[in-house]
Amino acid sequence: MADAHPPSGTGPLAKREARLAWGLLTPTITAVALVVVLPLLAIFWISIKPINLADLRAPEVVLREDLRGNPEAAGDAATIRYRLRNSSQEQPIGAVSFTDVIPDGLTVETLDDRCSLDGRNLSCALGDWAPGTRDTLTIPVTIGQAYFDNGLRPQDSPAVTDGASSNALTNSTFTLDNFARVFSGDEFFEVLWVTLFYTVFGTIGALLVGLFAALLLNKSFRGQGILRGLYLFPYVAPVIAVAFAWLILFDPFSGSANALILQMGVSQEAINFFGERPLALIMVTIFEIWRYFPLSFLFILARMQSIDTDMYESADMDGASPFQQFWYLSVPQLLGILSVLFLLRFIWTFNKFDDIFLLTGGNAGTRTLTVNVYEQAFAVSNIGAGAAVAVVIFGCLLTFSIFFLKYISQEEGL
Amino acid sequence: MRQGYVTGPVLGALWMIVLSVTVAVAMSFATGEAFRPSILLSLGWGAIAGVAMVALGRTRIVQVAVLIAIAAVVMLGIGPMLTGENTSAFARLFGAVALGAGFAISQAVILNEVVPGKLTRHEFEGAVIRFLTGFGYIFFTAIVLIPFYVMVMTSLKNQSELIQNPLDFSIDLSKGAALFRSYDELFTQFNFGTYLFNSFFISVLTVFITLAFAIPGAYAVARLRFRGQAAFSRSILLIYMVPMIVLALPIYIAFSMTGLRNSFWGIVMIYPVTTIPVALYMLQGYFRGLPAEIEEAGLMDGLSRLAVIWKITLPLSLPALASVSLYVFMIAWNEFLLAFMLLDDPSKFTLTRGIASLNSSEIPRQHLMAGSVIATVPIMALFLGLEKFMTKGLTAGSVKG
Repeated sequence: MADAHPPSGTGPLAKREARLAWGLLTPTITAVALVVVLPLLAIFWISIKPINLADLRAPEVVLREDLRGNPEAAGDAATIRYRLRNSSQEQPIGAVSFTDVIPDGLTVETLDDRCSLDGRNLSCALGDWAPGTRDTLTIPVTIGQAYFDNGLRPQDSPAVTDGASSNALTNSTFTLDNFARVFSGDEFFEVLWVTLFYTVFGTIGALLVGLFAALLLNKSFRGQGILRGLYLFPYVAPVIAVAFAWLILFDPFSGSANALILQMGVSQEAINFFGERPLALIMVTIFEIWRYFPLSFLFILARMQSIDTDMYESADMDGASPFQQFWYLSVPQLLGILSVLFLLRFIWTFNKFDDIFLLTGGNAGTRTLTVNVYEQAFAVSNIGAGAAVAVVIFGCLLTFSIFFLKYISQEEGL
Repeated sequence: MRQGYVTGPVLGALWMIVLSVTVAVAMSFATGEAFRPSILLSLGWGAIAGVAMVALGRTRIVQVAVLIAIAAVVMLGIGPMLTGENTSAFARLFGAVALGAGFAISQAVILNEVVPGKLTRHEFEGAVIRFLTGFGYIFFTAIVLIPFYVMVMTSLKNQSELIQNPLDFSIDLSKGAALFRSYDELFTQFNFGTYLFNSFFISVLTVFITLAFAIPGAYAVARLRFRGQAAFSRSILLIYMVPMIVLALPIYIAFSMTGLRNSFWGIVMIYPVTTIPVALYMLQGYFRGLPAEIEEAGLMDGLSRLAVIWKITLPLSLPALASVSLYVFMIAWNEFLLAFMLLDDPSKFTLTRGIASLNSSEIPRQHLMAGSVIATVPIMALFLGLEKFMTKGLTAGSVKG
């Protein structure tokens, strides 16, 4: 008898299943590749290009044509005038040329030696252009009756221009200036320090405050649902709405918080909460804690409610006090979710942009790496430098993620 | 520390500070008049009241006596909460009684098991925990409500009222409909009706497109066996970690060059991609939890895989779909960065972009706050109405900020 053994390799059924799986995944993979992977590659590319916001528009040949001479009857003379210029003051355009159709009824008298006429099709080659070049081309014509009959004017058939301009995005000039710029000076270290401060304290603060809130609501009483919903408000509301509410609340001139502080005699003069170092950094961190404690609160509460109550009863019987129960029973049980939350929130706080951008715009010592991307790319208009900062961010994230994947796979839940 | 005569006054003093600050802030915000807590006097009176409640017990009579005593010292101007000279008598009395009653009732609860003499560890920690609980409720409710309260009240006032007394949030109800002037102006002069519609339309489209992509993807990751499944389900989480600002830069460039910037469809194309990974992650978790046997029964009975998804899996996962939809809707509704970068044309603004355009020195700030309220109210209403789905949705997959 032949040896019996289980079938090996992939059978047709398994193959069909895999095919179906890939089929179902293809749309998602395509979309994500287009909008996530492609831009990521683009960021690396741009970060080594010398490119400014203005360079995004490639130089082009701008052409205007009109008929000069005001002809009134057949036989009159007139000129077709082409005015051309290079739209860019900084970049050259090579091999400039254009083609146009001369309307019926116009007879070309003399032809500019840069142009050639084939039937009614005119084509002109204007050579290489320096930045900011202007040129005018005139072609004398005689008007025929057909011109008046069909009513077609030279500008009715738009001329087609052509020219080889080097696109700042795709040409082959590379530079490391962007990175040199990003890393140079004390600024980078300040940005790094601000990012670290914001990330570490924002994450830990949100976790601790969330833990406190979860402890409060981890018992059933009337109104528990309402309070739970209420405590999620900061997270659910649009960031722009709450950020502006904070700005108005803490306004140095007409904010209620300052009025309250003056009235209570805490301080003698109004405090500029979002405009002073180092207070602004502390305030944006507090805002971060305020806005994201609901998330940690929700996760911790969910975990707490799944802890067996028997354990607490037996601890009670053994005489453990409430604090001992918290420290020796709850904390070890919550450690898993706390560390997962810490890692995830750490990365997400690190990535946070909107909050600081809306609150301080990165001023008063609150410029984090993410705000720096925007600052470099749009405020300073140096897209290359912005991309270089983005690459630095991505590098940091990759490091976090490797650590995270190593660690998280042993952890629960997520 | 674990002596009734120590615990009582210490907790009493601390609790008095908490309450006098609370009442003073609440009264200031409600009336705009001058109330302020005095830390030293709070400590003193709180300690005395604490001792009294430990020594005399916490009977009704003692509570009433404490109430009257606190209210009296406040009215005399030497209490835990001080008032300005111009404060109206009614507001003072109201504040005084509120503080007295609040303290008498809650302190009795806090000191429930505290007796004169030595306390057991349980009794002591119980009292501390009740103190912390009370503090926590006040603290969280205050920090959550105050910004929203300021937002709503500011939107109902006018510029001069705001500058005159920034603390005065009382509303002149006699003005009637004129209170809502900023809202009226936003809708008539600032196009907020269009923005509201744009935001709503874009968010709903985002939800549908996201689901159309995420459901098949999540099903494949959760149920089907193929090579690279594990790596794939892991990389979803990784994609989830790429910050938007890093992607926004190339997207901005690409959109500028293709003319998609400033267009409705550009936004509709880009929003779902930011939400698909989240939705996929949430849904695959749910699909995994569904019993595979039902689907297998369907397969045995001759349904194709796609029919199984349509007729069995989807009906079973309606609650999860609701959570995911809500969550995606919330993300799209609240999205700010992409709208800010990609939209310049005022006729195509979403609400968040519209609010950002109100942030200028020429536009009075009650308009800014009215705009914020308009953006906040729909999402809050949706959230409160469907709170159960929302909390479930949030815990299921939202680690994202």
